[in-house]
Amino acid sequence: MNSIIDRIKQNRLWDFAGGVHPKQFKSLSNKHEIAEVGLPETLYIPLKQHIGVEGKLNVGVGDKVLKGQALTHSTNPFAVPIHASTSGEIVAIDEHVSAHPSGKPETTVILKPDGLEKWCDLSPLSDYQTLPKATVVEHLCNAGISGMGGAGFPTHIKVGSEKPIHYLVINGIECEPYITSDDRLMREHAWQVRQGIDVLMHLLQPEFAIIAIEDNKPEAIQAMQVACQDADNYLVTSVPTKYPAGGEKQLIEVLTGQQIPKDKHPIDVGIVMQNVGTCFAIADAVFAGKPLIQRVVTLTGKALKAPQNVWGLIGTPISHLLEVAQYQAKKQKAPRVIIGGPMMGFTAASTKVPIVKISNCLLVPANKELPLPQDEMPCIRCGACADACPAGLLPQQLYWHAKSGELEKAQAFNLADCIECGACAFVCPSNIPLVHYYRTAKADIKIAQEEKEKSDRSKARFNARQERLEREKQEREEKRLQSAKAREQAKAAREARNQTQEVDNASQEASPQSAPVENKSDKVAAAIARAKAKKAAKNAQDDAPATNSSEKTDDNRAKESAGKSTPEPTTGQSKDERVAAAIARAKAKKAAQNAQDDAPATNSSEKTDDNRANESAGKSTPEPTTGQSKDERVAAAIARAKARKLEKEQAAKEDANKLTAETASVKEKPAPKTEVTASQETPVKDASTPKVTQKPSANETEEERQKRVAAAVAKAKARKAERDKAKAQQEHQNNSSNSGEH
Amino acid sequence: MTLFAIFAIAILALLFGALLGFAGIRFKVEGDPIVEQIDELLPQTQCGQCGYPGCKPYAEAIANGEEINKCPPGGDATIKNIANLLGVEAKPLNEAHGEADVKKVAYIREDECIGCTKCIQACPVDAIVGATRQMHTVIIDECTGCDLCVAPCPVDCIDMVPVKEDSKHWRWQLDSIPVKQVK
Amino acid sequence: MSLFMTSSPHQHVKRSTATIMRLVMLCTVPGIAAQTYFFGWGTLIHVAIACTVAVVTEACILELRKRNIELAIKDSSALLTALLLAISIPPFAPWWVTVIGSFFAIAFVKQLYGGLGFNLFNPAMAAYVALLVSFPVQMTAWTPPAQLAEQNQSMMDIISIIFTQFSEEGFSVTQMRAGIDGFTMATPLDEVKTALNHNQTLTEAFSAAQFTSINGFNPWTWVSLSYLLGGLVLLQQRVISWHIPLSMLGGLVVIASVFYLVDADHFASPVFHLVSGSMIMGAFFIATDPVTAATSNKGRIIFGASIGLWVYIIRNWGGYPDAIAFAVVIMNMAVPVIDYYTKPKAYGHDKQRTHSLNNQNGGAE
Repeated sequence: MNSIIDRIKQNRLWDFAGGVHPKQFKSLSNKHEIAEVGLPETLYIPLKQHIGVEGKLNVGVGDKVLKGQALTHSTNPFAVPIHASTSGEIVAIDEHVSAHPSGKPETTVILKPDGLEKWCDLSPLSDYQTLPKATVVEHLCNAGISGMGGAGFPTHIKVGSEKPIHYLVINGIECEPYITSDDRLMREHAWQVRQGIDVLMHLLQPEFAIIAIEDNKPEAIQAMQVACQDADNYLVTSVPTKYPAGGEKQLIEVLTGQQIPKDKHPIDVGIVMQNVGTCFAIADAVFAGKPLIQRVVTLTGKALKAPQNVWGLIGTPISHLLEVAQYQAKKQKAPRVIIGGPMMGFTAASTKVPIVKISNCLLVPANKELPLPQDEMPCIRCGACADACPAGLLPQQLYWHAKSGELEKAQAFNLADCIECGACAFVCPSNIPLVHYYRTAKADIKIAQEEKEKSDRSKARFNARQERLEREKQEREEKRLQSAKAREQAKAAREARNQTQEVDNASQEASPQSAPVENKSDKVAAAIARAKAKKAAKNAQDDAPATNSSEKTDDNRAKESAGKSTPEPTTGQSKDERVAAAIARAKAKKAAQNAQDDAPATNSSEKTDDNRANESAGKSTPEPTTGQSKDERVAAAIARAKARKLEKEQAAKEDANKLTAETASVKEKPAPKTEVTASQETPVKDASTPKVTQKPSANETEEERQKRVAAAVAKAKARKAERDKAKAQQEHQNNSSNSGEH
Repeated sequence: MTLFAIFAIAILALLFGALLGFAGIRFKVEGDPIVEQIDELLPQTQCGQCGYPGCKPYAEAIANGEEINKCPPGGDATIKNIANLLGVEAKPLNEAHGEADVKKVAYIREDECIGCTKCIQACPVDAIVGATRQMHTVIIDECTGCDLCVAPCPVDCIDMVPVKEDSKHWRWQLDSIPVKQVK
Repeated sequence: MSLFMTSSPHQHVKRSTATIMRLVMLCTVPGIAAQTYFFGWGTLIHVAIACTVAVVTEACILELRKRNIELAIKDSSALLTALLLAISIPPFAPWWVTVIGSFFAIAFVKQLYGGLGFNLFNPAMAAYVALLVSFPVQMTAWTPPAQLAEQNQSMMDIISIIFTQFSEEGFSVTQMRAGIDGFTMATPLDEVKTALNHNQTLTEAFSAAQFTSINGFNPWTWVSLSYLLGGLVLLQQRVISWHIPLSMLGGLVVIASVFYLVDADHFASPVFHLVSGSMIMGAFFIATDPVTAATSNKGRIIFGASIGLWVYIIRNWGGYPDAIAFAVVIMNMAVPVIDYYTKPKAYGHDKQRTHSLNNQNGGAE
């Protein structure tokens, strides 16, 4: 371990595999001091500026905010707030083109500066050394500090770790060509960077802080050496210039000769790396209480007349900075602004793209400076990419697989370890945009994984539902059997009673309506029957809340109980009506469900509460009282329901016929297809509702269903045909060539 | 001599028979994984556009010789994967079952919803929550975009909304890159 | 204002495939010059024939394959293939040998495999092997150095020989090949092989006319040294890496030294092997063809060393005096296997390079 420090002190560093030496172009922009630029007309501050999640908004449209006021607050460890970069009024909170390679709109606070630059109350933590660590970490989080070098990892998570830390590495490498923002920052504000390192040292308690700076920035090295000369365990180290030495993993290899094991982070092996810009922001937050609302942005490229470094407020649209640097449109045939460096930067989608916490450079190349992509030639397997890869990958193998969509094979070649540094595409003599292929493949893999997860979840949910429906069907069946048994017993009892009555030759009428029963045995039998029926009914009701009865069963059972006209429902007429209504509803629903030709038969189950209530009502409470009028009413209700059903069917059939006819005129072969689909449909339904076929009305139902299915299929076809027709017409109008569909 | 030949061949037959039998036991394939494998490849929208009540039944049907091109939500990618798995030729999507479309999710216009629960019953993955005479809503993360809830709705308050592509799900289509492949 | 969007990296090295191909061709110039100086105009004429045929063939096949002809021709890969084939063909070989070879290299070995980047075999060497096997007489008709030849070798003579097999003055190829001493000339490797087959010792073999030195070295050595010059330029320009040439020459030297030390009478010295035949040319220009060579540095060393070994084996115990083409084609076949077993370890996957950091946090602290 100390050997590592010894070697660093003697400047005997290691090397990482691969790497390239692109031309630097740093002197374009590193000649002048970091300049202040005026306020832009409007600031666009995106809610999300780093990996992780966005915070929750604190403000609304129309609010007046002060400079440094928090616009969001953190609700999640991976969220850091954003702040108003100046004082002014929030004119909108809307989607705005993002500082992302895609330029996809993201939620953005749009701030109109009032020009007063009035700060909100600042709360510095100058006595941070006496405060608990958690307080300081929280302060950093509230100041909105996330890594300013690369991906923008929230700083408070890195420094809040409880893991033992040996080395704090301050990354001042800035290995990308053109960019000089860290260089200028170290030259001009070395002391403040040093103060930021002090805070980090306090929080992390490492043994050493290693400040690594590439040897093409001698002024920065000197400035940092001066700033850190009083601290023995601060090692300012000059690192040989090679791209991408500034990559976290590569820099660690250069400094320690060791690699971070796969699946681990530097923090797992006792190393934390922070960018110099982040250190500066930390110092600002701790000693001045200022949140992160500005950063150094390099404006460079030969299409700018005045390349320089500036203090850019977060949210400044790049058009404002281009003006500052005197953009010369005529030097660019195809207007192009690269955010970041020439190796890993991305092109801005529009000049409205705002500066965010990770935007370190705007590179505006002239025509021949960074030529537009050339024609891609075939790979000649020259292996230059493999020699250049700092991650030890085989770029051309990855390329084959990524290009042909063999994502699994690409993963087997460790696609995930690609850091997208661009060294391979940089050296490729065939102009193959290798990194682009990898990024596409990575995105595809990520999306495919998400889809897989989602489909697994859907499958689980579907299976759970199927299981539940099956279980409920079984329960219902059991219940039906039980109640049938009870009814039979009741019937037996009644018959017995009638016989007794006949034998006795009683004067009274032997009708079931006659409620009073004199005979004792009668009474007993009736009582038993009543009790049994009640029990059955009770069971039915107990089950009811958890039960979904199949619609068929529902309907049949309602019919059954009504037709048998056994006991009188207590609530009388209204119940009957509701039974009828329920039946009608059930029919309607059935028709509706069949309208989707692909609806599985098992889906035809019903679980509406009122249906269930009706059902149990229809069957329950056997009162040995008169039921004739009731019977009539029930019969009427059934008739009504049937009539409605017929009507509906008729309508559907007509509809279908009409549509089929239409379809026939548009499409050539709708009829046979319809038949096929219908016949395919039927057995499925048949199999899943075996009970129905036992009923006398089974055949009829089957036919009806087939018809309905046919109608629905026809309808679907018709819809499609219509669509096709519309499309065809449109195409015709557009005068475009045949789609080849007809 | 003839006897010896017959004897030798009989012995050989026995030996090879035993070998084959042993191999049959030793390398037995457990269960019928092909259905599971096909099911894994299907998109699990449970939309039934293939004519089967869910993805698993369709997977079973494919294992029994059904056409592999009846899954519009899976599109050509799924057909290709199944074709690879089964070692058959990939076919273009059978358009009778619908066209491959952009990914969609159901959206209930909540002020129009009358709380009839019909969509809840239609949803194959229980992705709609609500109760009788209460407004319903779709759990977007669970919705498979199967379309089955649209038809049952008596007031037509369900729309299928295309899923918007955000920067997290962007596939790096930089359309302006004039990259031409030279072969 | 909407902006033009491109994918990173935006900066590129300026060396394209075509540049590399042209650089390689340029670096063959010293070798070709030496060959022409010592062996007459034949080489240049064959180069011209081969290049024409190659370009025409490439264009025709690309047309059939409906690919962009212009871009593919511009990359000069067909020209380089033709060039390398032509300088391997004896100067007096008839014109149709070159035509067949050049056509075979482009049409069969390169385009039928899918074009540039997809061919398994080195086109020039595969074509050379095909020619050598099919037309052994024509393909071994090496001539004596012009300075030693009995007959005068003017440019018109050579052209006449190549197209009619008879010189302007009516001499046949065999007569043209005769040296001052009246014996038909062969290459030193031929001579050594023949001598050994006749149970002569090497000392006897080396006394033959072929070994007469001109300006300090014998002509074949001069040619080899000229190619070495070109090869060194390629190395210096980083067009090729040192791995293949060095390991190939090294492999040959090692095995040759072993046998030379054991029996110097029957096994030629390593130096003789190095500068004879097309060893140097093969090491710098043939085996380094990126398409058909191994891609990792470790793989390149294995690839090169194996070619060196094969060359020695075939030269000593095989039926042919020289063996570069055979050795290269054999090792082309082994490239996928070599690549498979020499995959570099990705960052963080090598336990050797991660252990000490890994142990740090589990250790004393």
